[in-house]
Amino acid sequence: MMAATALAMARVRNLFAVVVLGGLYSFLMATVLVVLDAVDVAMTEAAVGAGVSTVLLLGTLYLTHSEEARPRHRAILPLIVALVTGGLLVYGTLGLPEFGRADSVIHRHVAPRYLEQGPKETGVPNVVTAVLASYRGYDTLGEVTVIFTAGIGVLALLRRRRRDDDGGRR
Amino acid sequence: MVLRVIAKLFIPFVMLFALYVQFHGDFGPGGGFQAGVIVAAAVIFYALTFGLQTTRRVVPERLVETMVAAGILLYAGVGVAGMARGGNFLDYFVLSKDPVAGQHLGIFLVELGVFITVSGVMLAVFYMFAGRGRGRHDEQ
Repeated sequence: MMAATALAMARVRNLFAVVVLGGLYSFLMATVLVVLDAVDVAMTEAAVGAGVSTVLLLGTLYLTHSEEARPRHRAILPLIVALVTGGLLVYGTLGLPEFGRADSVIHRHVAPRYLEQGPKETGVPNVVTAVLASYRGYDTLGEVTVIFTAGIGVLALLRRRRRDDDGGRR
Repeated sequence: MVLRVIAKLFIPFVMLFALYVQFHGDFGPGGGFQAGVIVAAAVIFYALTFGLQTTRRVVPERLVETMVAAGILLYAGVGVAGMARGGNFLDYFVLSKDPVAGQHLGIFLVELGVFITVSGVMLAVFYMFAGRGRGRHDEQ
């Protein structure tokens, strides 16, 4: 179903429909993540991917045209590049350990310690939260910094000066 | 009209759910990121139904922009507080006499910081995009 949505997004010329299909795709992705037991990520995907970014794209459409321009070049070369990259990625996954295997490398490094000691050391039953906020606090601080930087970047680019802010909008 | 009534009924519950996700993050799925985007989504929903001007009055832009920076300052502040109390940066064990309670406090404050920054950035970006139209969003 996700593949069908993605294909439809590539075919349809009306960008409004593409945005709506994008939201649909995000919800399907969230469902997949729930199936994979990653509820935290699924929640984020549903709220950001399907909710906020759809609204932002619609807001952008309102400022531009809602029909996609005809492509000026043939799509052959990009198609080849995409296929080769995709093929390489699939080839890369062949080297990964089997999905869900308990004795693969990443499950033997620090994960057992987090699982065993986490609840005791932090008093937080949810291991995801314990790892995210405590053991990997530096990484999360970095993530928040990325979000912060993105936010002020958008503010710096799109913010109008106070003077036109009053006169220009109406 | 129907949409507005539904929105009025709905948004408090969305906000409540966001707070639940935030503060129950210790026990169930959720945390600052998720709660932040849910709150932002609720406010954006409000903006779509009641118009941008009304929303700007409820959630002023200044507040949003302050939130963007305040959250990350809170996060880093927790780290510095750990240093000031004799531990490493982002060391929560020293935040309280009992190490486990310290961890709890640290995680709580850090998640709060994440929540504030994430919802602030989401809303700031939304305001920037929505504010660029010549105000037709306001009538919808």
